[in-house]
Amino acid sequence: MRLTETLRIALDAIRTHRLRSLLTVLGIWIGIASVVLTVGLGQGASASVKQQISALGSNLLIITPGSTTTNGVRGGFGSATTLTFDDATALENRSVAPDISAVAPVASSTEVLTAGTTTWTSSVVGSTPQWAKVRSRTVSSGRFFTTDEYNSGARVAVLGEETVSELFGGGSAVGQTISVNGTELTVIGVLASTGSTSGTSDEDDTVVVPYTTAQQRLGIGSTGALSTIYLQAKDSDALSAAYQEANAALLTRHDVTSDDADFSITSQQSLLTAATSTSKTLTILLGGIAAISLLVGGIGVMNIMLVSVSERVREIGLRKALGATPAVIRTQFLLEAIALSVVGGLLGIGVGWLGAVVLPKLIDQPVTLSAWASAGALVVAIGVGIVAGVYPAGRAARLAPIDALRSE
Amino acid sequence: MIPASIDLPSGRAIVELDRVTKTYDTGAMKVHALRGITLRIEEGEYVAIIGPSGSGKSTLMHILGCLDVATTGRYLLDGATVEDLDETELAEIRNERVGFVFQQFHLLPSLSAWRNVELPLCYAGIPRAERKQRAVQALERVGLGDRIQHRPNEMSGGQQQRVAIARALVTDPAMILADEPTGNLDSHSSTEVMALLSELHASGRTIVLITHEADVARAAERVIQVRDGTIVDDHDGGDDALLAVAKSSKAGASA
Repeated sequence: MRLTETLRIALDAIRTHRLRSLLTVLGIWIGIASVVLTVGLGQGASASVKQQISALGSNLLIITPGSTTTNGVRGGFGSATTLTFDDATALENRSVAPDISAVAPVASSTEVLTAGTTTWTSSVVGSTPQWAKVRSRTVSSGRFFTTDEYNSGARVAVLGEETVSELFGGGSAVGQTISVNGTELTVIGVLASTGSTSGTSDEDDTVVVPYTTAQQRLGIGSTGALSTIYLQAKDSDALSAAYQEANAALLTRHDVTSDDADFSITSQQSLLTAATSTSKTLTILLGGIAAISLLVGGIGVMNIMLVSVSERVREIGLRKALGATPAVIRTQFLLEAIALSVVGGLLGIGVGWLGAVVLPKLIDQPVTLSAWASAGALVVAIGVGIVAGVYPAGRAARLAPIDALRSE
Repeated sequence: MIPASIDLPSGRAIVELDRVTKTYDTGAMKVHALRGITLRIEEGEYVAIIGPSGSGKSTLMHILGCLDVATTGRYLLDGATVEDLDETELAEIRNERVGFVFQQFHLLPSLSAWRNVELPLCYAGIPRAERKQRAVQALERVGLGDRIQHRPNEMSGGQQQRVAIARALVTDPAMILADEPTGNLDSHSSTEVMALLSELHASGRTIVLITHEADVARAAERVIQVRDGTIVDDHDGGDDALLAVAKSSKAGASA
């Protein structure tokens, strides 16, 4: 007998017991839906982290004071004041660091901003005109500050979009005046949003002013200490060389060995790796739980298939009397189990995709669905069907026709 | 498609049993269901196998229908040896050579009449269009041409049994094996079904009827009486023979 015929018989049996079939596949249904959703959540989270990190700029290296290692009694990360403006200037020297194309020293502090009667607390960043290039930021209106303004320590500020909406509501900010620590600054530009999808981002809630202005007028970084130096490598191939050059130059300048370096350099790549491994761990954990629910669903299918076989002993006996070979009976029940699981799998994928639309609106978490994950889930469902069907199908195939026909 | 096999030379053996025994080993004891049956049924014969319950007639029916195999002895069905066959080979031989009619009809409730009838053809691997054509022809043959789309629960018992007979006919088997075909029917439907079997016999079919009722066996032209696993009587049909059968069954029942 051809396989399509056997499949038709199997599908007929499922159609005959619609409600029971639906209840049978419930476990697979939920299992596949949670697998699809979990993987989607994991991928969504890791995609949004990736986006945030790449929004920092391209071919970026980040130098921070202190060290990320914790041996000895070294001060905590970011607390040291070992990076200076001169360090940044030194790295701009093309003969010292030929692979670094731009340097943006940053001194930052959290300050209270005032615009009219509105106040808002935000991070104030003092840097050079290079900052926009290094951090891959553009302005959506107005302009960034110029070298002249930098040199003269002009009272100008460029605001992040979030800061603008907090201070000025929906109104235009360019040309307005804000006050930082009692010093009035003119808003000359608004930074384009980094487009980060996950809620509020610090990248969009910031005030960028010339370093000179910050140091001389706002009292930020007045000691000459920097909170960060951003470096941009010439291109992505030069990243590693740029890292080596910056590292060597700073070790020499600070007169330390790499074992007790008082700064640390991170790249986007290392941030990405760390973030990805975190979200991977989470995905595996949640996926494991989802897989267990899938396993339980599979046992449910096996259970119902066993019930179905003992319920249909007479049918099996009749089919055998009429010429169904054990192999045909086995295939019939195996296909039935697989078809049930596939139905469950498809329903699960449907619910998963529905969840991917609904969930981000409820919990502010992006869900990325991939066709591959769904196809994988379907393959798993088929596998579950086979595993769940083999034993019941074997039992059906082994039934002796006379015993089967005689049973009431 | 029911060929008029009436024109074929008669005398060809459909069933040849040679000293067939069947022993069930229940572990605690051996049950000798058949103790050496030798039997020859020729093409076109209408044979009733009659006997009380426990006589071994059911076991004989299982062996005749290739639902079970003999412990010892030889069985030739339409020229094919039914010995040492595995489940798959037995299934194939049943499919090709035996048409079953059961007491409980054994129709699949979820399938319409013609789908029930086409089942053996499915297992024979016949293409779909031919299956439907042959199933409809078989249903027309049993007078149910207007019921092909009906499900079993939409039909009377007599009609259901006629569907089952159509299913037995559809493969054009060497032998129709009817096991108590009227056991679940009222007298009117019984008459109808027995008339149909007689009609099939008249058109040349080989029919083996297993029953415990002498009344039913009356229709056959040859009556074989089984008791305690052996054939105790093998008569031509007719009222004399049936009288003998009736007497001996009574004797058996009171003994």
